[in-house]
Amino acid sequence: MNVVVVGYGMAGSRLAAELRDRGPHIKVTVLGAEPHRAYNRIMLSSVLAGKVRERDVEITEAAGHGIDLRPGVAVTAIDRAARTVTTDAGDRIEYHHLVLATGSRALIPPLSGLDREHLPERVAVFRTLDDCRRILATASGARTALVLGGGLLGLEAARGLAARGIATEVVHAVGHLMERQLDPAASAVLVRTLSSLGIAAHLDAMAASVAADADGVTLGLADGRELRADLLVVACGVRPETGLATDAGLAVERGVVVDDHMRTSDRHISAIGDCAQHEGVVSGLVAPAWEQARIVARVLGGEDPFAKYRPLPVVTRLKAAGIDLAAMGTSAPVEGAEELSFADPARGTYAKLTIVGERLTGAIMLGDNPSVGAVIQLFDRGTPVPTDRRALLLGRAIGVPATTQAESPALMPDAATVCQCNTVSKGALVRCWRAGARSVDDVVAATRATTGCGTCRDAVEGIVDWLSTVDSSASEVAA
Amino acid sequence: MAGAVESLVVTREVATHCPYCALQCGMTLRAAPEGRVEVTPRQFPTNRGGLCQKGWTAAELLDHPDRLTTPLVREGAELRPATWAEALDRVTEGIRATQSAHGRDAVAVFGGGGLTNEKAYALGKFARVALRTKNIDYNGRFCMSSAAAAGMRAFGVDRGLPFPLADIGKADTLLLVGANVAETMPPFARYLTEQKARGGTLIVVDPRATATARQATLHLQPTPGTDLALANALLHIALGEGWADEAYVSARTSGFDEVRRTVASYWPARVERMTGVPVADLEAAARALATAETAIILTARGAEQHAKGVDTVTAFINLALALGLPGRPGSGYGCLTGQGNGQGGREHGQKADQLPGYRKIDDPAARAHVAGVWGVDPDDLPGPGPSAYELLTGDEMRALLVFGSNPVVSAPRAARVEARLRSLDLLVVSDFVLSETAAIADVVLPTAQWAEEDGTMTNLEGRVLRRHAFREPPPDVRTDLAVIAELASRLGAGTRFTTEPRAVFEELRRASAGGAADYAGVTWERVDAEDGVFWPCPSVDRPGTPRLFLDTFATPDGRARFLPVEHRPVAEEVDAEFPLYLTTGRVLAQYQSGAQTRRIEPLRRTAPSAFVELHPDLAARLGIEAGDEVVVTSRRGEMRAPARLTETIRPDTVFAPFHWGGAARANSLTSDALDPTSRMPEFKVCAVKVQAA
Repeated sequence: MNVVVVGYGMAGSRLAAELRDRGPHIKVTVLGAEPHRAYNRIMLSSVLAGKVRERDVEITEAAGHGIDLRPGVAVTAIDRAARTVTTDAGDRIEYHHLVLATGSRALIPPLSGLDREHLPERVAVFRTLDDCRRILATASGARTALVLGGGLLGLEAARGLAARGIATEVVHAVGHLMERQLDPAASAVLVRTLSSLGIAAHLDAMAASVAADADGVTLGLADGRELRADLLVVACGVRPETGLATDAGLAVERGVVVDDHMRTSDRHISAIGDCAQHEGVVSGLVAPAWEQARIVARVLGGEDPFAKYRPLPVVTRLKAAGIDLAAMGTSAPVEGAEELSFADPARGTYAKLTIVGERLTGAIMLGDNPSVGAVIQLFDRGTPVPTDRRALLLGRAIGVPATTQAESPALMPDAATVCQCNTVSKGALVRCWRAGARSVDDVVAATRATTGCGTCRDAVEGIVDWLSTVDSSASEVAA
Repeated sequence: MAGAVESLVVTREVATHCPYCALQCGMTLRAAPEGRVEVTPRQFPTNRGGLCQKGWTAAELLDHPDRLTTPLVREGAELRPATWAEALDRVTEGIRATQSAHGRDAVAVFGGGGLTNEKAYALGKFARVALRTKNIDYNGRFCMSSAAAAGMRAFGVDRGLPFPLADIGKADTLLLVGANVAETMPPFARYLTEQKARGGTLIVVDPRATATARQATLHLQPTPGTDLALANALLHIALGEGWADEAYVSARTSGFDEVRRTVASYWPARVERMTGVPVADLEAAARALATAETAIILTARGAEQHAKGVDTVTAFINLALALGLPGRPGSGYGCLTGQGNGQGGREHGQKADQLPGYRKIDDPAARAHVAGVWGVDPDDLPGPGPSAYELLTGDEMRALLVFGSNPVVSAPRAARVEARLRSLDLLVVSDFVLSETAAIADVVLPTAQWAEEDGTMTNLEGRVLRRHAFREPPPDVRTDLAVIAELASRLGAGTRFTTEPRAVFEELRRASAGGAADYAGVTWERVDAEDGVFWPCPSVDRPGTPRLFLDTFATPDGRARFLPVEHRPVAEEVDAEFPLYLTTGRVLAQYQSGAQTRRIEPLRRTAPSAFVELHPDLAARLGIEAGDEVVVTSRRGEMRAPARLTETIRPDTVFAPFHWGGAARANSLTSDALDPTSRMPEFKVCAVKVQAA
């Protein structure tokens, strides 16, 4: 079978790997418009931050074994009748099955002075490795930057620039940051956190115009204010790349419409990742894209011809030096829901959990929240939340270690095991004392306490001290 | 029993080592009133004078009422006492009948990681030379095989700890993965105490907040079966922070680029979702490892007993290599061997694919060398056989000889193994108590105990130690070496076998010479004089090798090999019918299948029975209270035991110790999915449901 994959981003490269793992009977041709090895888009903000180099974002490629990788080759047309695709090099490639993994492109808002096809110098979007290079080229001499868009991508870009020591301002049209994921209170804490990292936020700030010149770029706001910086990054969201599908006559709404098997309106063509629209949803995230790739590989590989994609819960995670944010599910009030929250804005911590019928339906965790891993898994798996809600909200939700603080010997019950390795109870130590032992060495010789791992040494010494004190005071009284 | 005991019978005090775990604590045996044997701990470089309750009470089995003191043969449903002559006749006749009807490979041998080097060596030779069967493997397959395979492919050699234990106490950062040493080898925990007292950072990875994890500076509590992803994330973070030791990577390793590209897909937030371990904790762990002056990474069964155990270990080795740890004094990667001679037992030929000296049985040069020592034609040596579980459940085996193992309790999917063993034409078990496996045997041979035999053990550091006999075995009890030699003689190969452990060791030295685990320079006298000798030790005038890899690795090009490894789901994910993970493990007062320790009164008082550990929230949902009898069911069987409620376990996971048989047998539940490389079964995770009984 001949499978042609259009697109070599996170979804396309994953699909190639999944298909390779399913045996040599599938010949796979991957056509990627970007002229690079497969790379991890998630890590681009670290490239922006200067923490990693370009080679560090390369991901493993499914080479050999019937996999034909062609980066730098764009597809210009699909001929569904002939089942071929045409490339920008003029080649026609036949397919038995075609998979569109064309991704998305940055959305550029209609602002005066901003030509969507030719962005001015000092203005860049933030989506691909080339975008990243473009930003870095401009950023090398920059001291200030503006980021238009206070969503996840905008904040990723902002923290990357700030990490380079560039004073960065985020301009956001809505009254709070990441409004699809956060509530206003969380946003307020986040604004404070960002500020400590050298990132200022302008909220309710509608952009109106862009004017770039040799010295900088000016962003005009609807309220008449003007913001000026050395660099402007536009991060106003993405739009599915559906041009090929539309031209080929496939059903396209916001994305290429697919069924549960990720098939488009042509059963010989599938679509996965950012360009696909499943049950009305275009996900734009890696986890669903990879799951979709797995489903297509199972179907095409014959492993499960009826494999169905079930949408995964969406978890938004922003984690970088100084920022730790996780948001999932709904942050809007739900009828009959249990809502737990904690806020410590001065220390940048905010946590809100929404629980319906023992299941977590939404959560926002910002700052130092040790239970964040457990919360994400509870949300992901739909498993019941702990009875002790405080543990979930404020601490480690699971495996709270027993306190190892030394108990006062007097209060310790006789049955308490002091030495685990040799099963010696406090009572046994006391009996040993009563039988005439008068030192730690005597007690150890008689009971074997402390001879295993040795960690109870302090406790045994404490008990012997206590016994000698008790005895001497008792004898004084008696005297 | 001529020659079984080299040390004088009149000796009233001997320095030897504990019969149980791979720490092999030094101990002294003395005669005590009423013929009892007294055990006291001994200052030795490993245990430093420590001993756990198992060691202290080890001598109680010597004259225990349950001790087998005569051979037993099956008569219908019963085992009855028999003479050695009758028992051995039955064994040899059974072997001959099986071989003539079904071929040589129809007779199989199953060994154990508790056997001395001499016995493990003799058993492997017996299978290849006297039985001439390819079918021999041992219970170490269930224990060390994943770490061994990963070590071999990365370093070209597998020695559990390639450095002395003392290094562990001095490491600035110590990462323990799936190791509960506070319960499994308590005196080892002295090194953790030392390490922390010196201001070191102790990181423990375990789904349970075990006694060990509770001592940690940082405890990572992942979903069972996700350790590989966790390791890849730690490396991802280290690379992102520029913490790789690039000079080391370029000078001493190969294959790094592909590993770098693989871990690029393990960004922390993705792995947090898979493991449940917060990104902040992943970052803290990576930082502690990467920025320490000396750092040690140790894995144990928790990470290894999986159908992806080899790759999981490889992921941690990749991390260690990227940070430049292996071969740097004070740093490194190691695995914690479990059974007493789990190290030596995997070096000298009781493994299906192996010949003495850690040689590969399919390597013509290895075959020629060993055949030369054994005085046989290399072409007469069988080839590699199937792994333990495949051997025990496969169709080829019609007769089985078991030495030093209790697979009815310790094998995965144990009900299937038990049924298969019951269906054999002949099952022979050598043991000193009537273990669950001995109880279903056709012939049971009573064997000597540790205090009654001389020989060597190789501990978790690769340090060869001397086991000294303190007394003679009871009159009608023989050593395994004597049994092997006698059977070989009856099978026509008697001249090639001896009952004398020292003579066997001398032969082992020659057989291992030039191999990876080279004992040629190790003598019993040196072992006594030098507090043990670390292999490789190729000649008597050279010291042993406490630290491996200082200059080179044992690979053909001398470089350690990075290997890209990907996470894959556990073999059996939880679902609506079986919604909980089961993980299994140990308790302090019991050892392995419990055949020995369950019979010792003080240990039985401490750990009287199996239990099922549940989180209180889970128990409440299931209507279970502490102490209630519960039934745990998997697709393969069920176990019953009282519930124990604890907040130290994840609410999606239950735990059961595997030391008990019968209705409380945890291995009735476990999965028989095998690692593709090591053939290690996935003991550590399967899907179960729990109900009140």
